[in-house]
Amino acid sequence: MAMAEVPNLIPAMPEIFLALAAMTLLMLGVFQKAETADGVLRASRLTSNLGVLSLVLALALVFTVSGGTLVSFGGLFISDPFASYVKVLILVASGFTLVLAQGWLERQGAHRFEYAVLVLLATVGMMMMVSAFNLMSLYIGLELQSLSLYVLAAFLRDDVRSTESALKYFVLGALASGLMLYGMSLVYGFSGTTDFAVIRTAIAGEASIGLLVGLVFVTAGLAFKVSAVPFHMWTPDVYEGAPTPVTAFFAVAPKIAALALFMRVMMGPFGDLAAQWQQVIMTMAVLSMAVGSFGAIAQSNIKRMMAYSSIGHVGYSLIGLAVADVSGITGVLVYLTIYVFMNVGAFACIMAMRRGGRAVEHIFELGGVAKTHPGMAAALAVMMFSMAGIPPLAGFFGKLYIFLAAIEAGYYIIAVIGVLASVVSAYYYLRIIKVMYFDEPGVDPLDSPLPVTITVVLAVTSAVIVLFFAFPSPVIRAAEAAAQSLF
Amino acid sequence: MADFPILSLLIFLPLAGAGFILTIRGDDEIGARNARNVALWTSIVTFVLSLFLWVNFDNTTANFQFVEKVDWIPAYNISYHLGVDGISMLFVLLSTLLTPVCVLASWESIKDRVKEYMIAFLILETMMVGMFAALDIVVFYIFFEAVLIPMFLIIGVWGGKRRVYASYKLFLYTLAGSVLMLLAVLVMYVQTGTTDMQELMKAHFDPSLQRWLWLAFFASFAVKVPMWPVHTWLPDAHVEAPTAGSVILAGVLLKFGGYGFLRFSLPMFPDASLYFTPLIYGLSIVAVVYTSLVALVQNDMKKLIAYSSIAHMGFVTAGTFTLTTQGVEGAVFQMLSHGVVSAALFLCVGVIYDRMHTREIVAYGGLVHKMPSYALVFMLFMMASVGLPGTGGFVGEFLVLVGAFKANSWVAAFLATGVILGAAYMLYLYRRVVFGALEKEELKKMMDMSPREWAVFAPLIILTLWMGVYPISFLDVMHVSVDNLLNNVQVALEASGSAVVAGR
Repeated sequence: MAMAEVPNLIPAMPEIFLALAAMTLLMLGVFQKAETADGVLRASRLTSNLGVLSLVLALALVFTVSGGTLVSFGGLFISDPFASYVKVLILVASGFTLVLAQGWLERQGAHRFEYAVLVLLATVGMMMMVSAFNLMSLYIGLELQSLSLYVLAAFLRDDVRSTESALKYFVLGALASGLMLYGMSLVYGFSGTTDFAVIRTAIAGEASIGLLVGLVFVTAGLAFKVSAVPFHMWTPDVYEGAPTPVTAFFAVAPKIAALALFMRVMMGPFGDLAAQWQQVIMTMAVLSMAVGSFGAIAQSNIKRMMAYSSIGHVGYSLIGLAVADVSGITGVLVYLTIYVFMNVGAFACIMAMRRGGRAVEHIFELGGVAKTHPGMAAALAVMMFSMAGIPPLAGFFGKLYIFLAAIEAGYYIIAVIGVLASVVSAYYYLRIIKVMYFDEPGVDPLDSPLPVTITVVLAVTSAVIVLFFAFPSPVIRAAEAAAQSLF
Repeated sequence: MADFPILSLLIFLPLAGAGFILTIRGDDEIGARNARNVALWTSIVTFVLSLFLWVNFDNTTANFQFVEKVDWIPAYNISYHLGVDGISMLFVLLSTLLTPVCVLASWESIKDRVKEYMIAFLILETMMVGMFAALDIVVFYIFFEAVLIPMFLIIGVWGGKRRVYASYKLFLYTLAGSVLMLLAVLVMYVQTGTTDMQELMKAHFDPSLQRWLWLAFFASFAVKVPMWPVHTWLPDAHVEAPTAGSVILAGVLLKFGGYGFLRFSLPMFPDASLYFTPLIYGLSIVAVVYTSLVALVQNDMKKLIAYSSIAHMGFVTAGTFTLTTQGVEGAVFQMLSHGVVSAALFLCVGVIYDRMHTREIVAYGGLVHKMPSYALVFMLFMMASVGLPGTGGFVGEFLVLVGAFKANSWVAAFLATGVILGAAYMLYLYRRVVFGALEKEELKKMMDMSPREWAVFAPLIILTLWMGVYPISFLDVMHVSVDNLLNNVQVALEASGSAVVAGR
């Protein structure tokens, strides 16, 4: 039997490293003496810290392999500037949320070493999704990510809401995966291949009806993963029920990975069918912006509000995808970059919301925080103004490039709808600021002082959001280079 | 000396002051006192530095002066580009003048969260100066919109009973207008490939596109001015804002709209401006007549002055679109004098509000007996608001009326009724508050103005009289720039074959 040729492993170095790290951490955790409470704490701290370290090292590896476009594993795996850019975002998002999670879980008494392992495995899955150049590898990456996330959602296994949200997420996620798989099989059936590049040449020009149906199913599956309207129903419930650090994680890393995958699939194999799918994406964008803005107004739970807010943000990103040109994709990438920091910052504040040692989630609990926790209030206010898109904060620039792309491509109507939706969304972002600054603090203030990790993360994210305007060029240039590699 | 980045200094000095206040420790009395002092001295130094602009300003050219240009986002050809001409320079000075006045006016009335308050005002100054000095439309937009953040907090945190409603209304109205302007900015960028305002003024947009762009800009500026019927946020904001918030709102923020019409709508979309002139005339006349009538029946002093502001800004918009030298110069002058006079009127309300904690007109009466010097100051500004010759208010209104008569005598006739109504509601207010018998017990304990309050009013009194008696020192500064603006509009209109405007 002839030895199979060993594929070029260099492009996949970050993923390989992270997968090995996850397995090592699993072993490390298992073989820690965890009979005592002390042992459990030690094991969880060890894996969490090493997990963050592995993410940092993986980030370094991404930088070393980034640059040109490399294809490996017989065309299953691609490493190009687009993938590298998104991987950096994913790793940053995973790193921040993992740092925040450990403290929260400890305070909640729910610290277990599996958390970090699951986060690492989910991150590997996301990086695979971003680098997939074949429907097979795409699906494997997606499922690795999804399965890890289902478990994470149920991480507070004694908590009814957490298990409920995990079950809901699992059932609906499985449905979406099924839809997507069905679509993929149609695509395979009508094009005869699962390779992105070959699909593209196979369907060049005229697309058969079967292929279009397959495309619709794939789109629906992806729309579920990014929680675009009308496939968004699971989002508020899962966001509300999942443990807060898991929600924070859901809101950033998987969303970015899924949007990147969305872009890769739409621009890559189905790039020539843009005329067919643009209207679909555009409709989803408009609906997402509308549902995101209006749905959030009525929420009293801040995690649910953030869920609707993230639906709205997906709507804006989808405008960039619907435009389907370099500036559109650049806009989405810049938007996502800023989105990571805004959401991490906002969720750090939500994790800091504890009263008498218990986590609280209602918006009114923030009443008068500006007096008792001025630093946290200022940081959350910055995040909220930024999400509303008020200059000179970073969120404004995110929207600016999206709308610029839309205007360039002549989509005036959708741009007008987009900006008006952003005015509506400003209303509920302002509500958070109003509660923090205009209302008087209640009898017992939120717990203080803030944990060190939260303070540090807040300082970093606020600095990025506030000072982005001074040095926007490097991010924009990198995003542009990344976007160009998709075409 | 020409290379000295004076405008950047004016923009970022207040910001540095705000950063410095942030480092002050302690929420006690000492911390508050230090914050006040830092804010006051920062804004005074900024004002003194801004006088440098005035002194070194070259009246004989319409070019932008003190220009600074640094690449900012080269990939999109956006640069940090600053400069002032005869129109914007005066507004920069107005902003730097009113900020220390505001700080001083809040010296005693603000006791809660003094640090944050002073930081908000200094940041506000940064945004205001930056907005008037910006020569890149994206930079302009950023400053224009960023003003909302400190203003929202000033009204919401330190405002009156319905402060939440008022601050939301201010924020959402203004934001809704500005986002449409943002889209128009992007369209202009896509068409021309530049965001440089001087380049955009030379770009000739297609007349039908111009109308859409004009409307998008109008949405933003009309809310800011504010023009009827999108004015309703202003009375609420004024009533609920702390005194200094009202001062800066009436003094500077309303001028953003008028300035925007002059800087963008007229030079960049001349055909559309001509096309929409009847609309502007109509809305301005409604603003002048209707809001004056509404002002007559107000029970709340601040609300009354807020409505009078809308009426006065109606003169500004009408004057701007007469496209005559007198009309436009009158509009600019009216904005400046209204900036000083309405600011002073709100301060006048603030003086008695600090003592009585009510703005109801019926709660006062006969103040002249206990507060003679206050009555004198109030009278001066009341007369200036009415447009008495010898005060700043007269020159602006007179020039606008002259310009309006040249363009359309019906418009002038209607605007003139606004002057009469203005006299009616202001005199009526003054009679009810200051004259009459001093009957109410609480009023008998009121003290006359303190030295600090005199210090607040002194610069405004001097300016109001200076503007009324010797307006040429202001008109000279703007004259060449206004002429240049109107010439360019005229040339553009002739080029596109639109109807020729009434003779200038």
